[in-house]
Amino acid sequence: MMIPRLPRLAALLGALALLAGCAKTDPASAEAAHGRRPQVLRYGNTNEPQDIDPQVVQGTPEDHVIKALFEGLLTADPKDLHPIPGLARSWEVSRDGLTYTFHLRENLRWSDGSPITTDDFLLSWKRMISPRLASEYAYLIYNFVAGAKDYYDGRITDFSKVGFKATGPLTLQVTLINRTPYLLSIIANHYAWNIVPIKVLLRYGALDERSTPWTRLGNFVGNGPFMLKEWIPQERIVVVRNPQYWDAASVKLDEIDFFPTEDLAAEERMFRAGQLDRTQEIPISKIDAYKHEHPELLHIDPYLGIYFYRCNVTRPPLNDKRVRRALALGIDRESLIRNVTRGDERPAYAVSYPGDAGYTPRARLTGTLDDARRLLEEAGYPGGAGLAPIQLLYNTQANNKQIAEAIQEMWRKNLGVASELINQEWKVYLDSQHTHSFQMERAAWVADYPDPHVFLEIWETGNGNNDTLWSNAEYDRLLHSALSAKDDATRYEIYQRLDAILVDELPVIPIFYYTRPYLMSPKIRGYWPNPLDNHPFKDIYLED
Amino acid sequence: MKTDETERGHSLWSDAWHRLRSNRLAILGGVLLILLAVACAGGPLFSQSYEEQNLDLGAVPPCAQHWLGTDTLGRDLLARILYGGRISIMVGLVATFVALAIGVTYGAVAGFIGGKVDAVMMRIVDILYALPFAIFVILLMVFFGRNIFLLFFAIGAVEWLTMARIVRGQVMSIKRMEFIEAARALGLGRRRIIFKHLIPNALGPVIVYTTLTIPAVMLLEAFLSFLGLGVQAPMSSWGVLIKDGSEKMEEYWWLLVFPGALFSTTLFSLNFLGDGLRDALDVRASKD
Amino acid sequence: MIRFIAMRLLQTIPVVWVIITATFFMIRFVPGGPFTAERAVTPEIMRNLEAHYGLNRPLYRQYLDYCGSILRGDLGPSFKYPTRTVNEIIAEKLPVSAELGALSLCVALGLGLPLGVLAAVKRNTWIDYVCSSFAMVGICIPTFVMGPLLILLFAIRLGWFNASGWYGPIDRVLPSVTLGMVYAAYVARLTRGGMLEVLSQDYIRTARAKGASEARIILKHALRGGLTPVVSFLGPAIAGVVTGSFVIETIFQIPGIGREFVNSAFNRDYTLVLGTVVLYAGFIIGMNLVVDVVQVWMNPKLKFE
Repeated sequence: MMIPRLPRLAALLGALALLAGCAKTDPASAEAAHGRRPQVLRYGNTNEPQDIDPQVVQGTPEDHVIKALFEGLLTADPKDLHPIPGLARSWEVSRDGLTYTFHLRENLRWSDGSPITTDDFLLSWKRMISPRLASEYAYLIYNFVAGAKDYYDGRITDFSKVGFKATGPLTLQVTLINRTPYLLSIIANHYAWNIVPIKVLLRYGALDERSTPWTRLGNFVGNGPFMLKEWIPQERIVVVRNPQYWDAASVKLDEIDFFPTEDLAAEERMFRAGQLDRTQEIPISKIDAYKHEHPELLHIDPYLGIYFYRCNVTRPPLNDKRVRRALALGIDRESLIRNVTRGDERPAYAVSYPGDAGYTPRARLTGTLDDARRLLEEAGYPGGAGLAPIQLLYNTQANNKQIAEAIQEMWRKNLGVASELINQEWKVYLDSQHTHSFQMERAAWVADYPDPHVFLEIWETGNGNNDTLWSNAEYDRLLHSALSAKDDATRYEIYQRLDAILVDELPVIPIFYYTRPYLMSPKIRGYWPNPLDNHPFKDIYLED
Repeated sequence: MKTDETERGHSLWSDAWHRLRSNRLAILGGVLLILLAVACAGGPLFSQSYEEQNLDLGAVPPCAQHWLGTDTLGRDLLARILYGGRISIMVGLVATFVALAIGVTYGAVAGFIGGKVDAVMMRIVDILYALPFAIFVILLMVFFGRNIFLLFFAIGAVEWLTMARIVRGQVMSIKRMEFIEAARALGLGRRRIIFKHLIPNALGPVIVYTTLTIPAVMLLEAFLSFLGLGVQAPMSSWGVLIKDGSEKMEEYWWLLVFPGALFSTTLFSLNFLGDGLRDALDVRASKD
Repeated sequence: MIRFIAMRLLQTIPVVWVIITATFFMIRFVPGGPFTAERAVTPEIMRNLEAHYGLNRPLYRQYLDYCGSILRGDLGPSFKYPTRTVNEIIAEKLPVSAELGALSLCVALGLGLPLGVLAAVKRNTWIDYVCSSFAMVGICIPTFVMGPLLILLFAIRLGWFNASGWYGPIDRVLPSVTLGMVYAAYVARLTRGGMLEVLSQDYIRTARAKGASEARIILKHALRGGLTPVVSFLGPAIAGVVTGSFVIETIFQIPGIGREFVNSAFNRDYTLVLGTVVLYAGFIIGMNLVVDVVQVWMNPKLKFE
């Protein structure tokens, strides 16, 4: 008799399975150290990293793992992110700001014990700007280093003509096109200038060959405070301390487990069940609950990014800057932040991020609702009459939808302006953006490194990330002059003028500056909040 | 012998109607469904606005002013559920009807004719099963924009497949039965046999599967709204309300419980009604 | 029967070919590609990327090359995770989903079949209502609600399980129960419907008249015919559940292939989309074949055609 046997058998198997796995297995794979309990940091890392080769990736999850496995010339101070010595123990900048000389430490080694030489640096940088590698961040080198763009475009083929030189066994010299005041900031915070183990790489393919298996477990070699121990895709990445790291003595963590926690709600549950020590984010609806019941677990750090609505300035009525201004004034940012986003964000009345590397824009979007209504009337739409519904595009995500709904209602109630909400799946939304098939869309911009230039350079005519089709010759001219400014003070004054233009023209409507709310165990020490969410792992440790 | 009343052949359908009427649970289910439909159709005229926000109020549990509470933007939940019900019920019924019409016909024809025709038809079904649904929907939107009919089409296009297979299975097991042989012997045409004799007798599992499809369709609509097809904000549907509510169920339980309760009620009613229909149409059961 | 199976296997070839071709062109025409990113890539870099992946060649050339590599059994490297091949990804993740699927099926059949049979036999009594209602829980409470509910209760409040992950045998319980409940509902309802069809037939009455026990009637005579709709449903259902459930795998953070079906489409990972589609097609075709064979075996009046 077939059927009754099946459920019975299944029940038996189920019971056996339960008995066998009765103890909850702890996902941390650390072995107990002799005496001292192992220091294991369990880190929620959003998505599965595409790769851990610092020269071919673009995303934040990859960044976190790369920061554990690699170190560059400079690293960032954990408290305020200013550049501090990494592989380079000191450096000098020439008077004209065009030549940087880095002095490497002695006896640097890769995690397999082989020495790190200046060749590793030169060939890594050559690889980074090799057209065949097609690195998405190649521009962070070729925009600044002399001859690099020519090499990338194939106008010169001799790499020795590019502004990289080894002037001694431990000395490197970099020659720039312009004085680039934020270069050290880039090197300290961003992986674009990281080096890769050339000899290991060459075992698996040519220098500029993309996606060779050199980063796979067993082949991989790095030079950071940790080394790769385990990589189970979509389950976890485990790194353990690297004894070959030059500063291994001050690394306190034994192990870091990175978990690809794609789903925010699942990540929060993992944290609550004690499976994670730090989450990347937290669902909005839980922020209040944690504020009231467990404020010691909730952290809300400022985050160097801005949430804004991008206008396609060629599509009426958004081609009229009075309409854009009216819409911008019609948003009650304080109410939005207090009631909808709830993450203690700061309302944005200018495009640049206040306090970014010491720069705060003076320009400010000011005006009342009456001013907004007056502007609409002047533009020919009194009380919103005659205005076709504004089509507002956003990518499908709970937060964007709530914000858009709230703003839709604000415009309707305050200005009489109707709008139509359109949501698109991520890639379709990006495609609409890059092909300019939108009227107004939700957008965000997050800085790769702390410098005000990051928020202002994208509005240049024709910049790949502009997408507003807005073009202002004065803006472009000023932007270029900023790069050759003689010092930061002069440069920042130029940025003030740029911000003033943006606030006047409003090709984009700034809404708020990001914060990053997340959960963290109180056991974590050596950790300071900063707006780039860059927390060097070598300083972190756990203490009860 | 009286002339009028004797031997008046009772058609299948009038028999069925009689039996359905005496099944109390089915009547209950039907009544509940009608009440729900009426509430969703007419209710919004009397209730508060479904889109008026009160940001400072935020999400509050049921109270005197808002009988079912409010959502995180301060909108009245009862109004949103009623409005959403319109969409969900309409989508559920229409899309399921589309799936039913296509699936039943397709499956019956394939099952009845059999042989090479059946093989080709079922291979086409296999092909359609395997194609990636998300990509298919995105492509549809690229070509046809986003309108409500596309929603019905997209859902119907994927739900008819299993329906066809079930009907085919049923038809294949029925077609060798004596009453079909008799119909054939009487010289009845294929179309008549299929539509008047085969399908009504295969209806049992079809009805059951239909009552299972309607709720599945309502939830599928929530997935489609993720892709951008379906209701536009600020309008909502039960699927979307339930999905949003499930993300906040610990903090704002009413956002999940009330839409979920209505959804479940619809489901149960559909099932009782479906069971009643199935019983009513079952020719052989009545003889006991 | 051998002839039947052989014929079906032969028909598989054009079916799979049509599926591959249709999918290949579908994903190329969808807006957005594997490299469409928030940070726009400069045109020079985009050119180089496309050259590396061969996307700058004419479409028909890419298609032919892909068909060629499929014939060799090579599904290509993933676009999104370029150091991994699609073959590898499937080989790693399919067993996970298959295990989850098999356990869920055990739950579904173990719960659904008895409930459905009982409900049919005790039709319109309170036993019927209780069984049917209990079975319906799986559809009333969607997986994305039931999953988190179970986790909140059993993993977080009571601490009996991990909140997510697929590490040890105990982690199998919550996901397979959540997924199994849904299928249990379908199985129970379809079983009840099918059994009712059969139980009122003449040959059942004959068996009763001959004095056979009720149990024997159900198990020996009624089930074979009564399970027809369930078996029809189970074909594609098994293919679906074995290739993983996106929702369950996301909620419970299970490294299965179900997530990749959906994510690969959203990532425009061309090769992985095609790979998963081919995989799913294989299962569907296989399961539908099995279902057809089983149905003939269950109902002696049917013949292979």
